[in-house]
Amino acid sequence: MSGGMLGRGVAITYLSLVVLIPLAAVAWASGEGGPGEFWSAVTTPEALSALRLTFGAALAVVAINAAMGTLIAWVLVRDSFRGRGLVNSIIDLPFALPTIVASLTLLVLYGPGSPVGIDVAYSPVAVVVALLFVTLPFVVRAVQPVLMELDTDMEEAAASLGAGRFTIFRRIILPNLAPAIFSGAGLSFARSIGEFGAVVLVTGNIPFETQVASVYIFGRIEGGDIPAAAAVSVVLLAFSLLALVGMNVLQGRWLRHEG
Amino acid sequence: MKARLALRSVALGYLGFLIILPVATVFWLTFRDGLGPFWSSVAEPAALNAFRITVLAALVAVVANTAFGILCAIVLVRHDFPGKRLLSALVDLPLAVSPVVVGLALILVYGTYGWFGSHLAEYGIRIIFSLPGIILATVFVSLPFVVREVAPVLREIGTEQEQAAATLGASSWQTFWRITLPSIRPGVAYGVVLTTAKALGEFGAVAVVSGRIIGRTQTLTLHVEDRFQAFDMTGAYAASVVLALLALGTLFAMNLLRPKEEKT
Repeated sequence: MSGGMLGRGVAITYLSLVVLIPLAAVAWASGEGGPGEFWSAVTTPEALSALRLTFGAALAVVAINAAMGTLIAWVLVRDSFRGRGLVNSIIDLPFALPTIVASLTLLVLYGPGSPVGIDVAYSPVAVVVALLFVTLPFVVRAVQPVLMELDTDMEEAAASLGAGRFTIFRRIILPNLAPAIFSGAGLSFARSIGEFGAVVLVTGNIPFETQVASVYIFGRIEGGDIPAAAAVSVVLLAFSLLALVGMNVLQGRWLRHEG
Repeated sequence: MKARLALRSVALGYLGFLIILPVATVFWLTFRDGLGPFWSSVAEPAALNAFRITVLAALVAVVANTAFGILCAIVLVRHDFPGKRLLSALVDLPLAVSPVVVGLALILVYGTYGWFGSHLAEYGIRIIFSLPGIILATVFVSLPFVVREVAPVLREIGTEQEQAAATLGASSWQTFWRITLPSIRPGVAYGVVLTTAKALGEFGAVAVVSGRIIGRTQTLTLHVEDRFQAFDMTGAYAASVVLALLALGTLFAMNLLRPKEEKT
């Protein structure tokens, strides 16, 4: 039993030194000047515009991912074509590829002098594209296993009863996939609002135009304005935690319904 | 079947334009003029040094987080204590934190004026703006992976064999090395691959704590940005390709080691 206590102590100490105490320090630094100072730090025009862009882009990314991720998962599970295995392993590339490399590759293809004639660099569209790149796997990898488990019996029964393809998708497939889509979307959201490396080169970080919250924080740290950096950090932390907790609660509810 | 074909084209077109084309373009631009410019960029002292620091930080992060990951997974799966669910949730915390916030958090605690940093400075120990800071940031961002991969495997294998070993007189240390570790090896291996990928590629957290002293505290990802800002595109592409090749290697390992139930 004392072995268990020792293990627990070591694990908690390690986690505290690396993660918990540093994050507590951010919360502490954001609240040091009182709620008034916190509020004015997160509502300066520059901070507000960065936060607005960040959350707007993250919501757009969540919507696109929910649709495209589900579609890609469907194609990978239900369709069969040559090279499907290869496509399936490419889905994980954004997890493996360093974000700064992602940013550079997107800038090369969709920036000034683009070989395909599309130039979206240094615009809010670039923020969304960069976030779509890094969050691609979340919905696909959440939906895929559920879709594989899903029996086609129900769909066949519906079809034999005269349901059209769209009705089958809406009434049978979608309700079964919804929890997985939500969980993937929640992870996409949490990842999107904090992303830094992928957006840093391709957006140009223009204040009031393409500067997202993480880049704003970076600028405050470099400028030595720690209270402002900490205040905006706490906003990001709160929302990504909210997204993850909300996702857990929703999933719990869905599981209870099934059981 | 027209609908099926349409869906397939949309899915593949999306992946092509979002992932495959951009990555392929960087490879093409790097090797357009042959291997020569690539080699000379990669062999530059600053690039080599950055590569060395990246590998060192990743190595420390992998060793530390693997040891912690196995220990923490055992604590979470094999023991019952108040606050267990909280601990389990806290382990995942690094996945929800912006890399820039990670950097800020470490500065506030380990920086020269930080909670611990000011005391460490008295002994001449400097963490932020030097190598230990980079290592610490790398450890932070790659912390959850081994725990997350090992815990389900531990739960799956149960305790029968461990109890049998204990009945036959094995010490808990012997049981761990002879029974537990061999059975969780696949989970550990997959966790290590994910940890390595995250550690090699981290940018934001490292950018904040490194102080970016060229040749001393630059990782390969920082080197990419540094070359880009200096308009040395050849250097930026070359370092990116090295990182992308490492990522492809990781991807290959992920496919080999992915736990069976997730395999498609």
